[in-house]
Amino acid sequence: MSRKQKIVLIRIIAAAVMTVALHFVPVEGIWQLLLYLIPYLVIGYDVLRKAFLGIRGGQMFDENFLMAVATIGAMALGTCGEAVEVMLFYQIGELFQSYAVGRSRRSIAQLMDIRPDSASIERDGELVEVDPDEVEIGDVIVIRPGERVPLDGEVIEGTSSLNTSALTGESLPRAVAEGDPIISGCVNETGLLRVRVTKSFDDSTVSRILDLVENSSLKKAKAENFITRFARWYTPSVCCLALLLAVVPPLFLGGWAEWIRRALSFLVISCPCALVISIPLSFFGGIGGASRSGILVKGGNYLEALASTRIIVFDKTGTLTRGVFAVSDVLPEKGVSADSLLETAALAEIYSSHPISRSLREAVTAPLDANRVSEVREIAGCGLTARVDERLVAAGNARLMAQLKIDYTPCDKPGTVVYVAAENRFLGAVIISDRIKPASREAVDALRAQGIRTVMLTGDTEPVAKAVGDELGIDEIHAGLLPGDKVARVEAMLAAKNTRDKLAFVGDGINDAPVLSRADIGIAMGGIGSDAAIEAADIVLMDDDPAKIPLGMRISRRCLRIVRENIAFALAVKAACLILGALGIAGMQAAIFADVGVMVLAVLNATRTLRAIGKPRRGR
Amino acid sequence: MKKKFKIEVDCANCAAKMEEAVKKVPGVTDATVSFMTQKLAVEADDERFDAIMGEVVKACKKVEPDCEIHLK
Repeated sequence: MSRKQKIVLIRIIAAAVMTVALHFVPVEGIWQLLLYLIPYLVIGYDVLRKAFLGIRGGQMFDENFLMAVATIGAMALGTCGEAVEVMLFYQIGELFQSYAVGRSRRSIAQLMDIRPDSASIERDGELVEVDPDEVEIGDVIVIRPGERVPLDGEVIEGTSSLNTSALTGESLPRAVAEGDPIISGCVNETGLLRVRVTKSFDDSTVSRILDLVENSSLKKAKAENFITRFARWYTPSVCCLALLLAVVPPLFLGGWAEWIRRALSFLVISCPCALVISIPLSFFGGIGGASRSGILVKGGNYLEALASTRIIVFDKTGTLTRGVFAVSDVLPEKGVSADSLLETAALAEIYSSHPISRSLREAVTAPLDANRVSEVREIAGCGLTARVDERLVAAGNARLMAQLKIDYTPCDKPGTVVYVAAENRFLGAVIISDRIKPASREAVDALRAQGIRTVMLTGDTEPVAKAVGDELGIDEIHAGLLPGDKVARVEAMLAAKNTRDKLAFVGDGINDAPVLSRADIGIAMGGIGSDAAIEAADIVLMDDDPAKIPLGMRISRRCLRIVRENIAFALAVKAACLILGALGIAGMQAAIFADVGVMVLAVLNATRTLRAIGKPRRGR
Repeated sequence: MKKKFKIEVDCANCAAKMEEAVKKVPGVTDATVSFMTQKLAVEADDERFDAIMGEVVKACKKVEPDCEIHLK
């Protein structure tokens, strides 16, 4: 509890004790009023002060003003005990609210506790501890095991494994070695690392993420704007009703004191705070809970939109697939072993830097001896020939085989096909293709179970796209698209859908920034280290895991359900109090009790959004 | 130009009222107050920004006398 809160608590206790004691003091009339005035002022002096300042500032429907009028009115009617109790409850409610809000603020801060305190920099061979702000690009910093990486950089010496869980929610450590990029916010677990800084602190991953999360509450959800607009209208309306209730019925029925008493309880109910507080608190908690799972949401509005997403459009390469080529199939001819086919192909391509050649070499486990290879001749657009162990080997596409007049078995598997021949005899084919991420299937399945239409856009050829789409069970595939075509496709889908349904586009942010910003919600993958993704997207998935999308949708739905529960509950209780108050069944104490009670429950309900959500259960 | 300021405000409804008041200050094109993160974002004319912020503080004090705005 803060100092301010402690003072309020002491005032509450003091006023409560005095009020209870006064019940046993047998005084009447003016003396009773004066005695009750002591606890009343102890508990309510700040409310009265603010009410006074509010009137001067032209704030008629300020809640302090309402509370002041209601309680002073109650005293004037001779029910001093009631006035003190109402003020007491009001203050208890305010205290609880500020305590709960403070707590959830702190738990979010803890969640995002990735800010490094210092950096160890090398200067003239000595280690100096400095503020991460002071480190410049090109400086060399040393990160010991157990320390947090303070700035983005590149490892120049040492190997270690990094714990990225604070950023990605992923507990599996990531191995780094010399030459690897390293991002701030991770924790160095095992080895000493020397790192050359590549970004200033303000541009480093950790600063950008903190900035994003801290500012996310400035982008407000529709529900939040709705409730503040509602509050602006609600309070004056209820006050008018109170005035009518105080004046109109007694004109016909008489009994002024009783009707005024009922009207005063209206004023208590008209305070909007219980309604207003729980909504930002829910969204704040939802965004915090999502970032704990490695899903950064840039605003309450996006969290809200995610819940009503009905169409998810995926980019293929780098999103559903790894975007890294690898040997997916080896098809040797009769009498040739798969291993020797691969080895021959890899040796022939040993000097090439083409990604296809690299994946061929990576597929061979045995060491490759470059001395076995000579006379490499590249044939542009076709492949190459090389002498491997005295045999003339040709490796390349169908055109190369045709050119060399080699009798080969054509292969129509999706992917890039490398045909291999030695001394004009066909040895077989190696298929190289992009690999599907293991989590993609799970993601698409979960989305389909939620009734969401999935679409895949890709610049790749139809057969490759179809193979990936069929394996994952994607509803709709558009292949052979240029980046501009992707925007056009998404725009067409946006125009065709119902406006209430939202469309999300998921990409890796590398060349799809225009599509990310055009979609209702742009979701970028692998946000770590990618500036473009963090800039263009509305939601950033910190790792490459597409299964975070259904998880994010579940978080957003739960958050919105809690928001709706709170709105409905608070409105229902307020309406009930108004009716009971008008009929004279519920008095002012009941009204304040209900009001504070609603607020406590709404706040407790809202803090549920902070809790992380588990992995989805199978079969749901 | 858009700038962010740290604020201190005790109740959610007051924060909403401050937001409303800041938006009405002449020269302010847009403003948001976040109660949860205790932040105020103001978008206003570049040249008169400081003068406008003076008005913003006045407007906020009027609707919520107990609020603080830290103009760094």
